[in-house]
Amino acid sequence: MSWLRSPATETQITHGGRLWLYVVAIMVMVLLVLPTLLVIPMSFSASQYLEFPPRQWSLRWYESYFNSASWMQATATSLKAGLMTAVFSTPLATMAAYGLHVSRSSHAKWLTMLLLAPMVVPVILIGIGVFYSYVKLKLVNSMLGLVLAHSMLAVPVVMLVVGSALRTYDMDQERVARSLGASPLRAFLLVTLPQIKFSVVTGAVLAFLTSFDEIIVSLFVSGGPNSTLTRNMFNALRDQVDPTIAAISTLIIAVTSLLLVFTQFAGRKKES
Amino acid sequence: MTELPNARTLRRSALFERWSLLGLVAPALLLITVTMLLPVGWLFYLSLLSDAGEFSLEHYQRMWEHPSYARTFWTTFQVSFLTTAICIVLGYPLSYFLSEIPKRAANLCMIAVLLPLWTSLLVRTYAWLVLLQRRGLVNNWGIELGLWEEPLALVHNLAGTLIGTVHVMLPFLVLPLYSAMRAIDRNYLRAAANLGASPLRSFWLVFFPLAMPGLVTGALIVFILCLGFYVTPAVLGGGKVIMVSSRIANDIEIFFNWGAASALGVVLLVLTVLLVLAAGRLVRMDGVLGGGGSK
Repeated sequence: MSWLRSPATETQITHGGRLWLYVVAIMVMVLLVLPTLLVIPMSFSASQYLEFPPRQWSLRWYESYFNSASWMQATATSLKAGLMTAVFSTPLATMAAYGLHVSRSSHAKWLTMLLLAPMVVPVILIGIGVFYSYVKLKLVNSMLGLVLAHSMLAVPVVMLVVGSALRTYDMDQERVARSLGASPLRAFLLVTLPQIKFSVVTGAVLAFLTSFDEIIVSLFVSGGPNSTLTRNMFNALRDQVDPTIAAISTLIIAVTSLLLVFTQFAGRKKES
Repeated sequence: MTELPNARTLRRSALFERWSLLGLVAPALLLITVTMLLPVGWLFYLSLLSDAGEFSLEHYQRMWEHPSYARTFWTTFQVSFLTTAICIVLGYPLSYFLSEIPKRAANLCMIAVLLPLWTSLLVRTYAWLVLLQRRGLVNNWGIELGLWEEPLALVHNLAGTLIGTVHVMLPFLVLPLYSAMRAIDRNYLRAAANLGASPLRSFWLVFFPLAMPGLVTGALIVFILCLGFYVTPAVLGGGKVIMVSSRIANDIEIFFNWGAASALGVVLLVLTVLLVLAAGRLVRMDGVLGGGGSK
C-alpha cells in the first residue's frame, strides 16, 4: 500500500488522495465500452430475453438472420451503397480538399464552409429535404438517389481527413516536380498522391462507414428492394426488442473493427 | 508603358491556375448544392406557404400559439441541457485523469473513448434498449443486489433517453477537453504549489481556467448535436420524449404536413447556426474541426 502514499504529481497530492479520481475515471470508461461489448455474448443466447450470461448458448439468432431474405437483401443494399459512396465521394472530396489547400483565393474560406455544411445542418432537415426533392425527381427508393445523398454526407468527412494530411505535407515537393517540367496532374499523381495515400484510404473507409451507418436519410429515401440494413433495424427497434438485431449488431461490430484495424495496420506499414 | 510579354504570360497562367483550382472544387460543390442546399432551400420556401398554397407565416404563427410546440422545444432544451450537464460531470474527471497519466497509458485509455465513436449508433442504442428493458440486465442486477425491488421503468421515458444520449455524446466532450488539458504546461501548477497554494486552490485558480476553452468547446458541440438528435431519443424515448427532430419526422410520416415540418426544420437550423456562430466567437472552431478529422 505504499503506492497510495507515494506522490502522484510533483506537488502535494498522493495517489491515495486521488483514489476517487481513478475510481470515477475507470467507471466512466467501463460505462463507455461495456454496453456495446455485452451485446456480443448476449447475441449467442438461446432465450428470447437475451440473458447475460446466457444460460444456454445457441446460434438461433444468427440462423434467423442468415435465413431471412429481407435481412440479406438489406445487408446487400447497405454494402453496395457503402462501396459506391466510398468510390464516388473519395475522389470528389480529395479534389476539393486539394483545390482548397492550394488555392490562395479569398473565396476559399467560404467554399470550405459550404462544403462542410452537411456536418452542421441537422440531419433530419437534410433527410426530409432530400426526400421531398427525390419525390419530384422520382429517385425515392433508388440506389442512385441513396448513393448521391450518402456521398453528400461523406464529402466533408473525407475532406477533413485529406485536408489535414495536406497541411502536414510539404508542397515544395510538388513545386520541384513542376519546375522539372511535370504537368500539374502528373506532379499530383506521381509526387503528392503517394504521400497522402494513407489518408485517402482512411477517408474512403470513413466514407463507407458514413453510408453504412447512416440512418435518417436512409429512413426517408430508401425502401422496397433498396431498403438499407439500418432502416430495417431502426423500424424493428421501434416495434419490439428483436433478438436477431443482437446477432446483426455483433456482426457489424466485427466488420467495423476489422476495417479500422486494417486501416491502422496499412498506415503503420506505409510509414515504416 | 508596355508590359513585357513574359509578365503577361505569367499573369495569365496564374489566372488559369486559380480557375482550374476552383474547378477542382466544383464537382463536390455541385453535389452538395443539388442534394443539400437546394432541397433545404426548397423546404424554407414550403414553410412560407399556407395549406392553400399562398404566402403566409401561418406555420410559424402556429408554432408560437400552440402550446404543444412550446412543449416540444422545452423537451428538446431539457434533454440537451441535462445531457450536456451529465457529460460534463462524467467527462471532466475522465479527461483530467487521462491528462495526468503518462501519454502511453492515456493513448491506451483513449481506445475506451474512441471505441463508441467507431461503433454504429444503432448498435449502441440497441444495446441500451436490451440492457435497460424491464427484464434487462440492469433491472436484474439491481434487484439481485437489493438496490430496488420492482423492475424500474428505464426505457421509453426521459431516463432512458438521457442514458443513451449521454453515452453517444460523451466522447465529443472528452476529446476537446482532454486535448486542452494535455496542452496545459504543468510548470504553472508547480509554480502555484511553490508559492504556497494548496492542491485544490492551484487546481481551481490555475488549471480550471486554463482548461476552460476545451470545456466550452466540448459542451457546445454536445449541446448543438443534441438539439438535432433523432435516432437515440426516438428509440429509447419510445414516443414519450418528443424532441424537435422526432416531431419533424412525425409531421412527415404520419400527417404529411410539409409546411409544419419545414417550419420546424427552419427554426431548428437557425438555432443550430446561431449556436455554431456563437461558438465560433467563443473558441476557434476550425481548429476543433481539423483536430476532430485527423483523429
